[in-house]
Amino acid sequence: MKFGIVVFPGSNCDRDVAYVTRLLQQPTRMVWHEDTDISDLDVVIIPGGFSYGDYLRCGAIARFSPVMQQVIKHAEQGKFVLGICNGFQVLTEAGLLPGALIRNRDLHFICDRVSLKVVRTDLPWTQNYTQGEILTLPIAHGEGQFYADEDTIKQIEDNGQVLFRYHGENPNGSVNNIAGICNVKGNVIGMMPHPERASDPVLGSTDGLGLFKGIGARAKSD
Amino acid sequence: MRKYQAHIYVTLRPSVLDPAGTAVMSGLQHMGYDTVEQVRIGKYIELSLSAQDEEIARQQLDLICDQLLANPVIENYRFDLVEQRDGVTA
Repeated sequence: MKFGIVVFPGSNCDRDVAYVTRLLQQPTRMVWHEDTDISDLDVVIIPGGFSYGDYLRCGAIARFSPVMQQVIKHAEQGKFVLGICNGFQVLTEAGLLPGALIRNRDLHFICDRVSLKVVRTDLPWTQNYTQGEILTLPIAHGEGQFYADEDTIKQIEDNGQVLFRYHGENPNGSVNNIAGICNVKGNVIGMMPHPERASDPVLGSTDGLGLFKGIGARAKSD
Repeated sequence: MRKYQAHIYVTLRPSVLDPAGTAVMSGLQHMGYDTVEQVRIGKYIELSLSAQDEEIARQQLDLICDQLLANPVIENYRFDLVEQRDGVTA
């Protein structure tokens, strides 16, 4: 029941995530990108930011960092991984999640709050939400348009791997309004919106807190 | 070991939308270049490497492109390879 938050050069939401897990009284440690031992962790969170300057492609270089080789093993063991924003991009680059995040449809960096519909609630992550519930979470990305080829999209949909869809306006052109997905097993999830930025009433919304509570409760019961 | 210079072109797969290319095309059309039919924007990378022969250099480049320089989910790549002799491009 221990959280680890990966810190790459250029990560900038790492301390925000740690603030939330510590708010929930979950043991939490920061994991430097050169660390090679994360065997003490139950949940790894890859936070938002601009890892390695987003050079080449977002998440492309982070994917080959020493810690990511361990995160891949951690995921293969069925342990939990959450990628938020840049973290989602890293997970697709690493092949832990399908598809890719490409330039927003309208080319702009979008910093806004968006409505999301919760699609699946049978995973530890989303157990505190109700199906079809509408959440409002912040987004802040230039490359958040979820893309995969037709066959892959069909597999994602057939397997029920979509966790969140944009509700109402699609901000970035994502296929099927996809805002967050999981792997087939459901232990690895990635999402472009920032739940950690909506987890303390002082920030105006606690719609994101359920995600951390959900996984924290699950990790505790293990 | 021989020295090679690679010119690598990374382009979006045809099925992937390229909003930046579309914006540039619309700019060109506004400028009066109405013969322009399509613009796709990609990346060009120069890389020098040493290898025993050209075949090994090409194998290495394929690995490098598949693993890092291009993301096969959204991109294709191709490269030209030129052997360099005495520091001068052959």
